[in-house]
Amino acid sequence: MSPGEALLVRKIRDGTVIDHIPAGRALVVLRILGITGREGLRVAVVMNVESRRLGRKDIVKIENRHLRPEEVNKIALVAPTATINIVRDYEVVEKKRVELPSIVEGILKCTNPTCITRKPREPVKPRFRVLSRRPLRLQCMYCGTIVSEDDVVKQLIGG
Amino acid sequence: MGSARATWLGRDVISILDFSRDMLEELFLVADEMDRFLRSGRVPRLLEGKLVALAFFEPSTRTRLSFDTAAKRLGAETIGFSGEEGTSIAKGENLADTVRMLDSYADAIVIRHKYEGSALYAAEVAEHPVINAGDGKQHHPTQAMLDLYTVRQLFGSVDGLVYGVLGDLRYGRAATSFILGLTLFRPKKLYLISPPLLRAREEVLEVLRQRGIVFEEAGSLEEVIGGLDVLYVTRIQRERFPDPSEYEKVKGSYRVTRRLLEEHAKPELRVMHPLPRVDEISFDVDETKYAAYFIQARNGVPVRMALLALVLGGWEK
Ligand SMILES: [Zn+2]
Repeated sequence: MSPGEALLVRKIRDGTVIDHIPAGRALVVLRILGITGREGLRVAVVMNVESRRLGRKDIVKIENRHLRPEEVNKIALVAPTATINIVRDYEVVEKKRVELPSIVEGILKCTNPTCITRKPREPVKPRFRVLSRRPLRLQCMYCGTIVSEDDVVKQLIGG
Repeated sequence: MGSARATWLGRDVISILDFSRDMLEELFLVADEMDRFLRSGRVPRLLEGKLVALAFFEPSTRTRLSFDTAAKRLGAETIGFSGEEGTSIAKGENLADTVRMLDSYADAIVIRHKYEGSALYAAEVAEHPVINAGDGKQHHPTQAMLDLYTVRQLFGSVDGLVYGVLGDLRYGRAATSFILGLTLFRPKKLYLISPPLLRAREEVLEVLRQRGIVFEEAGSLEEVIGGLDVLYVTRIQRERFPDPSEYEKVKGSYRVTRRLLEEHAKPELRVMHPLPRVDEISFDVDETKYAAYFIQARNGVPVRMALLALVLGGWEK
């Protein structure tokens, strides 16, 4: 983090810093994590700051909250450039990049209403092949339907 | 060829794209044999002792009878259900459990279902080979096999021809599978002719682009018919439309007539159709040299015989 950013938000003691979020996606990331502000967690959101890697980026800092693996997988869908820093006692103890797998399983619903994965009471997990990462394009492995980034964002923040 | 044959054994048949050109050529050679057996009236009972389950959750007479005939001609027995009966069998039971039950009885399962992806899902559940006889709007691979076989029979090759596929390219699985099947060969050009509401789905166009097929989307048959060798016509199926008012907008929007063909088509043009038709090909085309759809319909049995013999292993004995 540059000194300029440090001025914007002070360091957190314990929690998670999600850095390198594509500019404008910070609020989507918060929605995915189900953070509304009413949880009482201390949350800082920094948007559209300079980034050497991305040009512009967003940052989200959440005190006293760690991420579950499925949350990390969802973030990978909408913020594939994100890095996740785990902070303890003001120190970053772990830093990892989110990773979008080549097959996305179980997170998203197929957008085709007559896909077998949408049929009630079938023990089948939706599975998508990643066709492209930026912009995100996924293809249902059952019905072949192509799901766009907009569909994915809508689903993740709607549900 | 032995290796191509070996890869058919025990295989699921879900999409035409699961197969290579070599495998299809192999299938066509076996279908030629089957056709000879049928014409001579002596068909070897290659599948004696085998049992084929016909699971038609969605009504279909032609495809089911054609599979039933193919299996029985080769000495296999069939069990199964269709249409309403299929719905009631599945009542209170999910598809996975129905497939598991059939899998415990039969050596292969032929499945038709209105949901896309159902055949692939059934294949994941079943240990025996699953043959897709149509899943929703998506795939109908055995129809594509007999369509390509018919083209090869009529023209000697699937390569180098100019194709037009006319009709519902969005919800029509026969048209979709035929288009995908052509990508395994080298067509000279492919015209996709449909009303704007019924354009081919993006995932299908993507396959055409990836496989370097020269294609063009067209809004009317009249514009392109003069250049075609094969015109593949499909009907518009009301039941595939998510919105009935969409169906009302496009029904009856194209029609192939004898006059149109005689005035605009090349003499070598052949008209194909998976049948049944509604009014998209007028009856006066039937007795012209253009009509190839009855030949196509007849090819269903030998091609499906070849498929069953290859998948169930009877052909290797
Ligand atoms: Zn799907």
